Amino acid sequence: MTSTHRAGARFSGIDDVQKRLATTGYLSDEAIATVVHLADRLNKPLLVEGPAGVGKTELAKAISRTLDYELIRLQCYEGVDETKALYEWNYKKQLLRIQADQGSSWDVLSEDIFSEPFLLERPVLKAIRSKQPCVLLIDEIDKLDFEAEALLLEVLSDWQVTIPEMGTLVAQELPFVVLTSNNERELSEALKRRCLYLYLDYPSTEREKQIVLQRVPGITETLAEQVVRVVKSIRDLELKKAPSIAETLDWASTLLHLSITTLDEEAIRRTMPVLLKFQTDLEKAREHLKIKGS
Amino acid sequence: MLERVLEFSEALRDAGIPVAVSESIDALRTLDHIGLEDQAAVRAAFAATMIKSGPQRTAFDTLFDLYFGTGRGPEAVAMRDKLDGVSTTQELLAELEDYLTGGEPAGMSDTARRAVAELGLLGSSSREWYSNYQVLRALDLTGLLARLVAEIPDDLSPTEQQLRRDQIDRRAREFRDAVLRETRRRVAEHRGPKAVATYAVKPLPEDLNFLSATADMAELRRAVRPLARKLATRIAMKRRRATRGHVDLRRTVRHSLSTGGVPMEPVLRHRAPHRPELFVLCDVSSSVSRFARFALMLTHALSAQFTRVRSFAFVDSIDEVTRFFEHEDFVAAIERMNDEADVVSDDGHSDYGTVLEEFLEAFGSNVGPKTTLLILGDARTNYRARKAWALRELTNKARHTYWLNPEPLYDWDTGDSAASEYAAFVDEMAEVRNLRQLEDFIATRL
Repeated sequence: MTSTHRAGARFSGIDDVQKRLATTGYLSDEAIATVVHLADRLNKPLLVEGPAGVGKTELAKAISRTLDYELIRLQCYEGVDETKALYEWNYKKQLLRIQADQGSSWDVLSEDIFSEPFLLERPVLKAIRSKQPCVLLIDEIDKLDFEAEALLLEVLSDWQVTIPEMGTLVAQELPFVVLTSNNERELSEALKRRCLYLYLDYPSTEREKQIVLQRVPGITETLAEQVVRVVKSIRDLELKKAPSIAETLDWASTLLHLSITTLDEEAIRRTMPVLLKFQTDLEKAREHLKIKGS
Repeated sequence: MLERVLEFSEALRDAGIPVAVSESIDALRTLDHIGLEDQAAVRAAFAATMIKSGPQRTAFDTLFDLYFGTGRGPEAVAMRDKLDGVSTTQELLAELEDYLTGGEPAGMSDTARRAVAELGLLGSSSREWYSNYQVLRALDLTGLLARLVAEIPDDLSPTEQQLRRDQIDRRAREFRDAVLRETRRRVAEHRGPKAVATYAVKPLPEDLNFLSATADMAELRRAVRPLARKLATRIAMKRRRATRGHVDLRRTVRHSLSTGGVPMEPVLRHRAPHRPELFVLCDVSSSVSRFARFALMLTHALSAQFTRVRSFAFVDSIDEVTRFFEHEDFVAAIERMNDEADVVSDDGHSDYGTVLEEFLEAFGSNVGPKTTLLILGDARTNYRARKAWALRELTNKARHTYWLNPEPLYDWDTGDSAASEYAAFVDEMAEVRNLRQLEDFIATRL
């Protein structure tokens, strides 16, 4: 029933998405901008998948900043169920209500205790009932139990939540939904079918350099270029955990703080642990780059 | 357009990517919102609606090039070539060299296109056919690479030299890909996309056959960690579910205090999960070595899910190889195993009978009711004594015994294969020819 409450076009086109995301500090490329544009026009949730640290969550935050929408976040973990994702009845309050009003009939009472004041909103319900449009970020959905995934299907396709005691609550303003996944397990077909799929990979050399220049103020262009080139070489090795954009940025700012202006062997050797988190990976990278051990 | 999209969906399905009808419709609907002339946007839009995982992207891109990068017909290609004018090999080489040594990346696909136009056409055939190898040979890419690497100044630091070599390699790879794409595109213009699609698309990593020559070991290795992570989640989930159903009275009463002593929610007891001890026996003879190595890496990557993983490699003699896998670097572990493990005593042909007997003698006392035995091999005995009694004795001691056979089911029991004879004594002998089957097996049995 999405046609009854269209949110309307929030972006005017692919270029518009790219430009406006850039003003809030998120450098996208054409593929990202296209998919965000489509998610907006088709009113579909956006499922973003990719290695850790390539800016999946950051994309959702950037969208919320760009549109000036509130960001409502559901952080998924094993054991999240409807009482944590959708809603919960405040039964302590319900009990108090019952005890405080011994005289009244059960009919009146049961009407009363299953009503708004006793409802605890959880992120998804909050996003649905929000009077202002918002961005709903369902983070790391792959950590969710398989059964719990089904809880989200109603929201994702019909923008509504059904509460047995109260009826169906339909979204007043369509939220912009972003789901992220590290691909720790296969998501169900049903979920994937309802979403637009965006695979975020490591960026191209040029884009990564731009990201470093923007996110690490004060860094020189030469140093940014050297940083990205080393990272690129390291990513081609077979590692347990290849450095992500987040780690590239950490590394670049570390170099800046240490006032290192050119990346020589000694500088790389000293600061590489910022980039690589496993001893075996470190050794492999050092060997590849012909850097003598400490 | 409708027809093209439907043909494209069909081609994706042939490549092993399931595209539902509703997804094809979604793809068509996206075209209302983006310009058809913007090919990069159309590509992104179709990818967003039609594929569902990262590894599918390669096949998708290949097919997209064929179905939507073409369609203007051979005349359009000829026109474009005329427009480009004639380039000599020297000019092309100069451009390529500039690109490889760090020049602007923007012009590279242009260079690739002209190179294929000039050098790619197979001369002998009367029908137009292009070859990417012919282009690369005419340009002598290998020779050029060797020269460029040799020209890196020696007075640079070793690190800098390595970084430059890496860049040359990376860019050469990109150029090769661009040439390959361009030749395919041209052939598709002449022959239609379908003709090219049948040979151009590589199988998805999970469908790669362990025994086939096309299975790229590096690709399999890259698949190990993601797969291990996925399997660990599945196994953990299965075990968690299995422990449900027993009420923990003490904790239920404690929990009920928050609802005024009314037990509204029963609290269930968590039992410590059963973690089997895993013994992996791997045939590492040349016929099945690829499969064995892959399985070894995978089981060790999963070692947190088991009390202990011990691995043994054999050809015609058996040796424990657990020690090589104690450090995290599996590639190095496999290399050391190849060099140091004592697995060949005779002629380098697998001898299952002797190996089973040796294993029973040397390690049989370690096999107990907590042990799960996993045997990996094709059960081809090279017509030697099969000694199935040794296997029977082992299975009697162990909790479970499974045999993973990388041969197709219809080849079992042909020639020197003792598949059924051994299968009679194990809990199950399963056909495991690709990652998908291996994943299924581990997730459901272990």
